[in-house]
Amino acid sequence: MTQETILIGLAGILAASAPIVFAVLGETLSERAGVINLSMNGTILLSAMGGFAVAYTTNNIVLGFLAGMLIGALVALIVAFASITLNQSQVAVGFVLALTCRDLSYFLGNPYMGVPGPRLQAIPIPVLSDIPILGALFFRQDAITYTSFMAIILTWVWIYRTRPGLMLQGIGEKPAAAYIRGANVNLMRYVYTVIGGALIGLAGPAFSLASRAGWMGTISGLDGFGWIALSITIFGGWNPARAAFGAYLFGFLQWLGLVLQPVLTQVPSQVLQVAPFPLMILTLLLVNIGNAEWVERTLAAMPESTRKFFAKLLRAMRASPPAALGVPFERD
Amino acid sequence: MNVEFKNVNKHFGNVHANKNINLTIPSGSIQGILGENGAGKSTLMKVLSGFIHADSGSEILLDGKSVIMNSPADAIKHGIGMLHQDPLDFPPMKILDNFLLGMPSSFFPNRKEATQDFNLLATEYGFSLDPENYVDSLTVGERQQLEIMRLLFLGVRLFILDEPTTGISTAQKEKLFATLRKFPEQAMTVIFVSHKLEDVESLCDRVAVLRAGELVGELTPPYQTKKFVEMMFGKEVTLGERQSAPVGETVLSLNDVSLEDARLKIKNINVEIREGEVIGLAGMEGSGQNLFMRACAGLVRPVGGKIQLKGQDLSGKSYHVFKKNGVSFLPAARLEEALVPGLTLTDHFVLAEEPRGIFIDRVAGQTLAEERIKSFNIRGAPLSPVESLSGGNQQRAELALLQNPLSLILLEHPTRGLDIESVIYIWGKLKERCKQNASIIFMSSDLEEILQYSDRVLVFFSGKISQPMNANKTSVEELGELIGGKGWAEIGGEHA
Repeated sequence: MTQETILIGLAGILAASAPIVFAVLGETLSERAGVINLSMNGTILLSAMGGFAVAYTTNNIVLGFLAGMLIGALVALIVAFASITLNQSQVAVGFVLALTCRDLSYFLGNPYMGVPGPRLQAIPIPVLSDIPILGALFFRQDAITYTSFMAIILTWVWIYRTRPGLMLQGIGEKPAAAYIRGANVNLMRYVYTVIGGALIGLAGPAFSLASRAGWMGTISGLDGFGWIALSITIFGGWNPARAAFGAYLFGFLQWLGLVLQPVLTQVPSQVLQVAPFPLMILTLLLVNIGNAEWVERTLAAMPESTRKFFAKLLRAMRASPPAALGVPFERD
Repeated sequence: MNVEFKNVNKHFGNVHANKNINLTIPSGSIQGILGENGAGKSTLMKVLSGFIHADSGSEILLDGKSVIMNSPADAIKHGIGMLHQDPLDFPPMKILDNFLLGMPSSFFPNRKEATQDFNLLATEYGFSLDPENYVDSLTVGERQQLEIMRLLFLGVRLFILDEPTTGISTAQKEKLFATLRKFPEQAMTVIFVSHKLEDVESLCDRVAVLRAGELVGELTPPYQTKKFVEMMFGKEVTLGERQSAPVGETVLSLNDVSLEDARLKIKNINVEIREGEVIGLAGMEGSGQNLFMRACAGLVRPVGGKIQLKGQDLSGKSYHVFKKNGVSFLPAARLEEALVPGLTLTDHFVLAEEPRGIFIDRVAGQTLAEERIKSFNIRGAPLSPVESLSGGNQQRAELALLQNPLSLILLEHPTRGLDIESVIYIWGKLKERCKQNASIIFMSSDLEEILQYSDRVLVFFSGKISQPMNANKTSVEELGELIGGKGWAEIGGEHA
């Protein structure tokens, strides 16, 4: 394999992972505020179909993306209303929505099955795209992939470096403490769930108008990505940068499966196709290894300096969910 | 800041939690609010800190001006800040982030500047907190310090402290009191809510006593403990004489036991505990008492040595084996580790019984619950969910759940956060168990309690453990020094 094919492959991973990146970022925002948006798998399918249908009908690709975001925001609004205002179980509502939206997308998407529609083209960025290696990786992508890069940076900066972002962390962690610090907890939960939903809704058209252009109904192969994105959010420890890394890791594992298929002919192709999923679980376990008691014991037995180093490393790796995730907030 | 309550009333449904309270707190004073659990202290403070609205007609005046506060954030704008009993902070986040959160600042908070402000303030008050450290590595006392700093920085002029001495060490309490004593010099006012007489007596300039929602009266120094107790309970309550237990046979013996967790190592523990004996564990939080107690319960496996219960070797056995052999463990976190929130008292009693078939006998359960509620004086109905009970009643329920007979009862902070009447009641019940030959090991941050109720005391200091000390022959002062790490050479109890 030449260097160029590898570069093209890696650049392809970045583009193919863009939808998952949007989905995990959206879910991260929502869960940071304390609301689990379990509808993600259905939302992605419905926004993929809706985005494609709008772009096809209006022949305007930007409108397609906006439609996707609108669909995602609306579904999220249902989740928020049911859980925050009606005090219903987020898991139950989200799960039902996941199934409903998926079937709705197959049903409503019938007229658009297999029609050739618009597709986003790559826009190499002048000057930057000529940088060796980095240029080929990052600067010869399409607009939605660039947007995904920006979204990672923006959400990270928002959560960790801005005043409202700090409050967002507080709301998901201990709403009562955020409330005495002046937060309107339930309003903010609405806002972040809907914004998160809009980001998740961007994942659909990022498939159907870019990396997997077109709408193929049940054989679109988009079913399941939402669930993976949900687990990557956990893997990412509710940190946008780590979550994005998880999304790319998953993309890489999938690509590896494709590349290795012709080489490892004795391995059934199904194994390679399925391998990324268990591998994701394995990574998840490794990341959260610091929580296990035996690790604590091993650490205690180490010499002081080594122990400190590993303790710090594990502390940085460890991800604990926002403590108030899924817990309704009631003003005392 | 001068605070005036005028005809403050608060109803919760049929419950009249605050009855026509009229109280003036002069600027620059430390005001104590004393009362047993459920006397209406918290309600009054929640009204003052903007958490809840008082009934109409009630009025609160700050420096002579009538104010209406719609939220705690609103109260802070008026200069009123509250330190809650369970610190309202964010444990997994950094100290600096906790400090910054909710602080008025630019859109991108300047962390460097905030660090400087933080360190400056910390130095001024003599707190040693590293802003880059995480809050979950702090003790409750340090988390209070962080909250105090945050409120000071927000410009709070009136501090409300709700039971702040619960769960902190004696040294930290002294530190807290020293800090609070500085406030009146700067014309800041402190309201100190507590049910602990000694704390109120040593700190407050004036003390208001609440009973059953009413303001019973106000006292100024010199205080008379008897008078306080009378006002709080409407009757005299005495602690009773210290009772020494007979020396029976050995129940639990630890031979060269070594324990460790990620933070702490305790080596070569040799202790024998006899029938009917009460052992008090003293020490600052996290000095090894928890580890010791959990090892005695079979929850922590010792790395070396032998644990024997009535001659039977149980080292390395699981909690269930310990339990079968008559060891019971009551953890401090009542709702997290001891009881099941969402289940009723009846459910709890049924679950604790030996199972008879797979179906629940509702009628028998109900009878059992009624009987236990009566004999343990629990304020609650058989169908009350445990989380709806007050702390004291939860503790009573835990005691009512203990099997009979037992050889060893392990208690973490058995009376933490309880008023004096409940404390006396609970110790009465425990002493009854001793008479039935059970041994008790308990830990407490209240040294008076340890001296009052134990026969022998074990002191812990960062993984060191003292020889058992006779409670008759030691004093609060000696124990206070030992848990602070002083005077270990004299008692010769040093290991490792």
